[in-house]
Amino acid sequence: MSWASMRARTQPLVLVVEDYQDAREMYAAYLQFSGFDVAEAGNGIEAIEKAQQLLPDIVLMDLALPRMDGWEATRRLKNDPRTQHIPIVALTGHALAGHAEGAREAGCDAFVTKPCLPDALVAEIKRLLELHAANAENLKDGGRSPKASKKRS
Amino acid sequence: MSRATAPVAPIQVIDSEAKLAFVEFLLTSIDIQESARRAIDWLVAHAPVTEAAVLVSEGLSNEMLLVAEHGVSSGAIMDFSLYRDDTAHPLIQALHSPVPVYVETVAAHHRVPIEARPFHVIPLRAEASEPGYGLVVVAGVGPHLDTETLWLGRTLGKQVSRLMGRQLLAETRFGQERMLLYSIINAVTDPILLTDTEGKLIIANSHAEKLFAAPEEASEGWRRAAALNNMLFSAALSTSAVGMTELARRELLLVDPLEGSDLLFELLSSRAKDERQGTYVVSILRNVTDLARAKEEIEESYRTLRIAQAEVRDERHRLDLIIDSVADPILVTDQEGDIVLMNTPAERLFNAPGVDDQGTLRRVRANGANLTSFVSNVLTRSGEQRYRGEIQLADPLTGRPLPVEAVAGTILSEQGELMWVVTILHDLTEAIEKAKLFEQLKQASVELERKVQEATSELAEQNELLRRQHIALEQASALKSQFLANMSHEFRTPLNAILGYTHMLLNNVTGQVTEPQRKSLTRIDSNSRHLLALINDILDITRIEAGRMPLNATAFGVDELFDEVQAELEPIIKKSSLVVTTRMRGAVPTVRSDRQKVKQIVLNLLSNALKFTPAGSVTLSASYDARQKIVAIAVKDTGVGIPPEDQSKVFEDFRQLDSSPARGYGGTGLGLSICRRLSHILGGTIDLESTPGKGSVFTLRLPARPARKR
Repeated sequence: MSWASMRARTQPLVLVVEDYQDAREMYAAYLQFSGFDVAEAGNGIEAIEKAQQLLPDIVLMDLALPRMDGWEATRRLKNDPRTQHIPIVALTGHALAGHAEGAREAGCDAFVTKPCLPDALVAEIKRLLELHAANAENLKDGGRSPKASKKRS
Repeated sequence: MSRATAPVAPIQVIDSEAKLAFVEFLLTSIDIQESARRAIDWLVAHAPVTEAAVLVSEGLSNEMLLVAEHGVSSGAIMDFSLYRDDTAHPLIQALHSPVPVYVETVAAHHRVPIEARPFHVIPLRAEASEPGYGLVVVAGVGPHLDTETLWLGRTLGKQVSRLMGRQLLAETRFGQERMLLYSIINAVTDPILLTDTEGKLIIANSHAEKLFAAPEEASEGWRRAAALNNMLFSAALSTSAVGMTELARRELLLVDPLEGSDLLFELLSSRAKDERQGTYVVSILRNVTDLARAKEEIEESYRTLRIAQAEVRDERHRLDLIIDSVADPILVTDQEGDIVLMNTPAERLFNAPGVDDQGTLRRVRANGANLTSFVSNVLTRSGEQRYRGEIQLADPLTGRPLPVEAVAGTILSEQGELMWVVTILHDLTEAIEKAKLFEQLKQASVELERKVQEATSELAEQNELLRRQHIALEQASALKSQFLANMSHEFRTPLNAILGYTHMLLNNVTGQVTEPQRKSLTRIDSNSRHLLALINDILDITRIEAGRMPLNATAFGVDELFDEVQAELEPIIKKSSLVVTTRMRGAVPTVRSDRQKVKQIVLNLLSNALKFTPAGSVTLSASYDARQKIVAIAVKDTGVGIPPEDQSKVFEDFRQLDSSPARGYGGTGLGLSICRRLSHILGGTIDLESTPGKGSVFTLRLPARPARKR
């Protein structure tokens, strides 16, 4: 019986994947302050393990990670039936062209560029969760999953 | 001849020799009279004959003619006549006697051609049965005929008989010959006429008759032509008849009776005399009409020939002049190698008349020897029409070496024998000089080519070096860009944390902060933001300069863009007391460009305007130049303005007239520099018009559509 399943899901769980501890803890602190449950991961492999184990409501994924980078981790999560429904927000410090593109191709649902103030990040996460919840309602009503069309792009 | 017999010789010998000679003569003779005379001569010489005569009838005709006589008086034979039908005459009686008759007396009314009495009459016949053709009357031999006379009588009788037979034959033959003669005359193509001296026609051949005689049925014209021809002929004959004893030649123009055309004849007439018929004229007309024409032609030919000869003479003269005027020496040598002809230039080389100078003479001889050896080469090479060679000659006067090219041609006779060798010499001095110069030129050219090649390879080397440097530079540039990209990431990560934590503190995440703490945190926050802006701007400039700013052209409306920019800067606008308006001047089409870059520029220009305008208004306007297809976006403010001397500086890096970062948003001093760079990569420009104290207008001009090369 998992830890996640044991606890009552009163608040959405955000998995923050970031190798830079200061930033990770800052986002975690602010997210908790903003009313989210937070789990943390320091690299891609850990991120996959945590995601499979905790099934978070959303993943905040830094793309530049040791051991396994964010793109690869995203691809794996999106190819795993257990985790593929979880929205992923990519965090990138490289504002160079192609990163946004690469992140979308890997399966990210949104991305924000660092530096990203905690306010902006929380706003983006809230937006995405609401969108996701709406989609889930549609799915229940027999509507089509937006992921199906996303996969194709 | 046989007359020359010697009387002293023994008679027997003489007889047989004389008889043989006489018989030989008779065999060759065909004339009775001649035979008779000879017989009398022989008789007188060999028999004791005093008088003798021979009488013969022509054939067996009545009249007996005296054909030969000896020792007879003229009275005895004067008007002598004897006829066969005078049968009472002792001579006629003797004619029929088989043997000679001895007559002692003769009646006075019978005339005998000899006067002596008695005499013997020997009938002349070959056989006893034959009638006598004639008689030999002999006197002085006594009552008995001696053997010589008898032999002679028999021999002459045989001769007369033989000749009589021939005469009969001849008479019949005469008729035939006459016919033959006529046909011969007729066969002659020339007209032949026999006339009397007056021109009266006696005999004419058929060709003559055509001219001179018109038949009964002939036309009037023909008859008149014939009459005219007769007249002309008579006139011609009469003018030449006098004293004409020999062949006379003259021209005679007659008329062709059938054709009516003129005919020119040569008239040859000769006078012939006949005892019985008198004098007559034989005329032969030779048609020379064609001859005359031929003569004219010959004369014409001759004239042409003379003209041609004159021309040939002129030609030869000209040829001589030409040959002499040729600057190259020309020589003609015979098959022995001797010079038979040369022109003036050749003479200068091979002939030095009247020169004593030994050197000159020696050189002339040397030249001659060189030429001779060349020509002998030509002569030994039979079969080749042309021969080319070089000869080393020398100028006879100066001794200057004279290399020449000799070209020889052989002239052959019609039989193919070599007649002459014509040699033309051509001075090679200049050619050799030219060849030398050409060689030098060639070397220079080779040298030049070598240098060009060297230069080319050097250039290629340098090109290669440049290419490598270029690659190295590109690699360096790529490394620099990579480095800057990495650096910006590395800068931003800690900055991210600083900004984040400051933000958290200011938002009381870790508990309520005091007012002085808030003031300090705000300072940290604004400086961090400034640092972040600087990092972002430097990164932008680096990317533009490295050519790594990708363009993403899309179509967008300028008015929407204005709204968006305005919305983005809404907090700042609100904070200021400025009136911001947007205006579209005329119809502005949608622009196809990199929307984000254009927005960045407009954002920058507007934020600048807001920053530097303490009071008044800021206007965003857009217009379209349809001719040049350029969209102009102007940001006009009523701010501090920029002095003219600083106007060009505002676009430089880190130029901000008032660089206090405390003035609200960013302000790195790189904004306009980036704007200008961006406008350039979009194919546009940014201009500035400003009056200090009154305000500034920044105008961005962009092509409505991206240029093709982008």
